[in-house]
Amino acid sequence: MALKLHVESLSAWYGEKLAIQDITMDVEDHMVTAVIGPSGCGKSTLIRCLNRMHETIPKARVEGKVLLQGEDIYAASPVSVRRRIGMVFQKANPFPTMSIYDNVAAGLRLNGVRNRDELDKAVLESLKQAALWDEVKDSLDKSGASLSGGQQQRLCIARALAVKPEVLLMDEPCSALDPIATAKIEDLIFDLKKDFTLVVVTHNMQQAARVSETTAFMYLGKLIEVNNTRELFERPREALTESYITGRFG
Amino acid sequence: MHFFRWTRGVGRGVSADTLGESLFRWFSTLVALGVVGVLVLIATLLFFEAEASIRVFGWSFLGGTVWNPQPPLLFGALPFVYGTLVTSALALLFGVPISLGIAIFLSELAPSWIRIPLTYVVELLAAVPSVVYGLWGIFVLAPVMRTSIEPFIQGIFGFLPIFQGTPIGLDKLSAGVILAIMIIPTISSVSREAFLAVPDSQREAALSLGATRWETTRLAVLRYARAGLFGAIILGLGRAVGETMAVTMTIGNKNVISVSLFDQGQTIASWIANNFTEAETPLELSAFIELGLVLMLMSLIINIFARLMVARVLRQGEGAA
Repeated sequence: MALKLHVESLSAWYGEKLAIQDITMDVEDHMVTAVIGPSGCGKSTLIRCLNRMHETIPKARVEGKVLLQGEDIYAASPVSVRRRIGMVFQKANPFPTMSIYDNVAAGLRLNGVRNRDELDKAVLESLKQAALWDEVKDSLDKSGASLSGGQQQRLCIARALAVKPEVLLMDEPCSALDPIATAKIEDLIFDLKKDFTLVVVTHNMQQAARVSETTAFMYLGKLIEVNNTRELFERPREALTESYITGRFG
Repeated sequence: MHFFRWTRGVGRGVSADTLGESLFRWFSTLVALGVVGVLVLIATLLFFEAEASIRVFGWSFLGGTVWNPQPPLLFGALPFVYGTLVTSALALLFGVPISLGIAIFLSELAPSWIRIPLTYVVELLAAVPSVVYGLWGIFVLAPVMRTSIEPFIQGIFGFLPIFQGTPIGLDKLSAGVILAIMIIPTISSVSREAFLAVPDSQREAALSLGATRWETTRLAVLRYARAGLFGAIILGLGRAVGETMAVTMTIGNKNVISVSLFDQGQTIASWIANNFTEAETPLELSAFIELGLVLMLMSLIINIFARLMVARVLRQGEGAA
């Protein structure tokens, strides 16, 4: 298995508050890695450290290394890192003043793409990858805010995919969605690993079990266990993992 | 038990004080309605006082270029409307980019230790009395304009009609600069509010696409807040249109419509302030009042427009949140 991301001794703070502590783990190429754990365990903080979004919060601080294909992302510029590692957030955040088309094209335009054909092609491809094309192909000029919640989230996925990132981070992408919209996103995650490497934070253990190959369990800012998803759910090595997945706390 | 006695005590206290209570209520209502009444009264009185002039000159008052207090009495507003529009436009031209820079710095870039003091300082600009700006305009700005800035501009762009003539320092350009400084606090603080109302999720969306700080501001903040920004600019325009003292002191006070910004001019407000007391005939007085009515309507329209824009932004903000 090829290694995509290697996280080494990663700790992160909000001001004085330690949010994640000394985390070391690997993310494999073309796989879905799920991060689970109770609220406040630091799982969102962890993935926000993987594309240097954590440090955009005032007084936030990171120590440790994150290697993308062997290069430390904390030695590169955050802007170039985020162009290689995209992100989808808990709450869909399309640009409401932009059309669906412009939302998807936004990242490409940032990269200086002006050629209309090239943009058209990328928008089409990304919307198809995000399984949204059939629903919006006749209304590309409408505002991104006019879509339903689940469609907005898929629009955000399309927007992130359009710049062809190597890794896509998803921070509880379904937590604000109904079961049908959730199922669509889960199908999508399954399809996307053909072309991308995904890290999905979720508070929903069933979701982790459904979509991921590898699962990491975090508790109180620490990585308790990371393993093949089936192994982790069927034969957890740690007592803490077992009591979480059997619903004794969380 | 104790609890019940206590509430009953309060209840009795209130009912014993019914007279004070209703007096207070009536007084509040009265002063609140009074404000509306005063506004209506001012508009009505202006209209009645201006009626003579309106009847004599009709629409030609707005297009007339002469103010002739000797017979044949002829009064026109165009040079003052022109001066008002030109100085206000200059104020926006200089003031808007600076205000936006300040607002972007305060909401997007400044570290928190400098943000709060700087916000206060910018808002303090609004507390400087306008006559002080006028004095500063006469004694500091005008000489600099006359000896350095205007000759410099003329050296480069002298072929343009707007930069011709002898630089005097007390002219439309100087008045525009003073107005720009005076509207900076309004525009920068209202647009800062609009920027702060942009949810962080919008900034994160742009950042996660690999946007730089400026690109994030442009993509996520400016676009999202554009209606509020527009409202801020219109509010600033409203202030520039009605500003009297500082303009009167720096514009040079000459009733002409000239293209050159280095020429003196006159605004509605400066003309009224300078000459109102010298009105010789009832018709001239009425014409002055009609001028005031024109100014009031201009400000009113601009303000209503601005508030509608700002309200639209707030609704948009809630809808997107």
